[in-house]
Amino acid sequence: MSAALFFEQLLNGLQFGLMLFLMSAGLTLVFGVMGLINLAHGSLYMLGAFFCAAAASATGNFWLGLIAGTAAAAAAGALIETAILRRLYTRDHLDQVLATYALILILTEGTKIVFGPFPLYLNTPTLLQGTVNLGLTEYPLYRLALIGFGLAVALGLSLLITRTRLGIRIRAGENDREMIAALGVNIRALYTLVFALGAGLAGLAGALVGAVQAVQVGMGEPVLILAFVVIVIGGIGSIKGAMVGALLVGIIDTMGRFLLPRAFGLFLDPSQATVVGAALASMLIYLLMALILVLRPQGLFPAHA
Amino acid sequence: MTIRTTMTAGLAALVLGTGAAAADPVTVGLITTLSGGGAGIGTDIRDGFQLALDMNGGDSIHLVVEDDGRRPEQAVQIADRMIQAEHAQILTGIIWSNLAMAVIPAVTAQEVFYISPNAGPSALAGAGCNPYYFNAAWQNDMLHEAAGAYASEHGMNHTFILAPNYPAGTDALTGFKRRYTGEIAGEIYTQLGQTDYAAEIAQIRASGADSVFIFLPGGMGISFVRQYAQSGVDLPLISTAFTVGQDSLPGMGEAALGVVNAGQWSPDLDNEANHAFVTAFREAYGRTPSLYASQAFDTANLILSAVAAADVNDHEAFRAALRAADFASVRGAFRFGNNQHPIQNVYMREVVNADGEITNRLLGLAIADYQDVFASECPMQ
Repeated sequence: MSAALFFEQLLNGLQFGLMLFLMSAGLTLVFGVMGLINLAHGSLYMLGAFFCAAAASATGNFWLGLIAGTAAAAAAGALIETAILRRLYTRDHLDQVLATYALILILTEGTKIVFGPFPLYLNTPTLLQGTVNLGLTEYPLYRLALIGFGLAVALGLSLLITRTRLGIRIRAGENDREMIAALGVNIRALYTLVFALGAGLAGLAGALVGAVQAVQVGMGEPVLILAFVVIVIGGIGSIKGAMVGALLVGIIDTMGRFLLPRAFGLFLDPSQATVVGAALASMLIYLLMALILVLRPQGLFPAHA
Repeated sequence: MTIRTTMTAGLAALVLGTGAAAADPVTVGLITTLSGGGAGIGTDIRDGFQLALDMNGGDSIHLVVEDDGRRPEQAVQIADRMIQAEHAQILTGIIWSNLAMAVIPAVTAQEVFYISPNAGPSALAGAGCNPYYFNAAWQNDMLHEAAGAYASEHGMNHTFILAPNYPAGTDALTGFKRRYTGEIAGEIYTQLGQTDYAAEIAQIRASGADSVFIFLPGGMGISFVRQYAQSGVDLPLISTAFTVGQDSLPGMGEAALGVVNAGQWSPDLDNEANHAFVTAFREAYGRTPSLYASQAFDTANLILSAVAAADVNDHEAFRAALRAADFASVRGAFRFGNNQHPIQNVYMREVVNADGEITNRLLGLAIADYQDVFASECPMQ
């Protein structure tokens, strides 16, 4: 195994982790600030990808599509929050799970009715096609751009939380929602805003990833499961936890898929090693989550520590 | 019997005159995936089947369509309901092998015919073959075997192979290796439903392979082919019609150009039945049919031909009528073997840009008049 291959896999893990971070950041914010379990977060990711693909093919411009996808997901988020979820904050988590699960079904079938059952086409922008030579290896330019995008959003989000008035309110809302309402902050508007922000991040992730993956109905659910794993590992409600959790999941999953079949190949015959290795690699992040739950049930960076 | 079936039966009796007991339409239950991921394939199956009925008048068949949501337990329930409540005499439509394995043995045990328009698991082609089960498409391994044969004949002897880790995925790689004479440069099983293949493509890049074979149906294939095209790895890609068929090509765009793939059918296959089918399908649905649509179209025509020749309640006669396969198949001539799976030609196709449409064009014959390897294990004659 060459250093070049190892380096390329590390980049792949980093890129996968950063896209997971965009998904999990919104999920963890919504849970941390509003105490809401939102299973429909994956559907917002799907909406981002579909609106991006539709707008990009209508205008011929990927960047307009990206804006459209993010905006559509944020708008859908705001609409869902004001129309449905607002009534559920005082209910227990089971009611929230039921209602947001129903939203998955409605949004999935709704998307199928509007856009049709066949996958949509979304290409990478011309500017970001091709590969770059990173010394050790060739690497697709678009994936490199995804890493840059992910880091920029993470930085922006952390500045928003720590340096702005909105960020202060979000953090205050996490700690004591009655108190900040008593202090005259419009908590309803804050909730709508936080939900729309989370939805927009999911939509952005969907649109960015949609340029390299199939834009199809149901694309959000596998990512949603990973995002839940990320926030359980990172600590529910914590942006920092989501970042660390996402990078851990991204890198461990990629490295597991790459290294485990080779490791088994040392003492099993090749065909068997690939089957056993692949099966174990797909379990790896869940094993990590189980381990974290045993050793540190509140996650690595709990919001209310 | 539902109101719908009763009314259809009543109408048919009125139209065809009184006392014509044989004019009662045969109830066919079509169970396929119409929601969630894979809904595109199910839509093609349903539309292809319906088109054959429409083109033939279709009043000898009463069609009931239900969505299995790609869930085996749901498919089993629907099959039971169709047999018990709707009195379906023939079932068809299932796409996925795991659903087929859950449904077909239970259906044939009740002496109801099942005609598969797609899934052909090896367990039902060999020792588990059944007089009530027909496959109108292929046994699962067949197209992959053709791809393996093609790769060997075209000087590829260091192929990297890749499929999802589930029964049809292992069948695919086993099938490819059966007729492949070169050396395997690497073999990877990915997760079912995986959408990011960067880690696998990096290994292909580092492997020193001279070609790549993939079996990644639906969205998995779209993701892989597009990421592969961007990766700068420039090895020839070989596949089967499941991965680069008309259902996926619009989602792949130009990234799919040049992918060579095996299929028993192609939209440009030159025969009269196929010209009529492709033209009518485009007219009715505004898109080019996929391999899946062609198989459903053939399945419907097979059922129509048998219904015209024999009474479905006379099981022996009806089975003989099905085995005769007396209809013009869009894949050209084929016949059923002892295990009631097709013996047929498999062709190689290449993805091209034909006047702005990304589609498949025939390259040539891969294997002629081929019977699946499991037929010898089937005790039926």
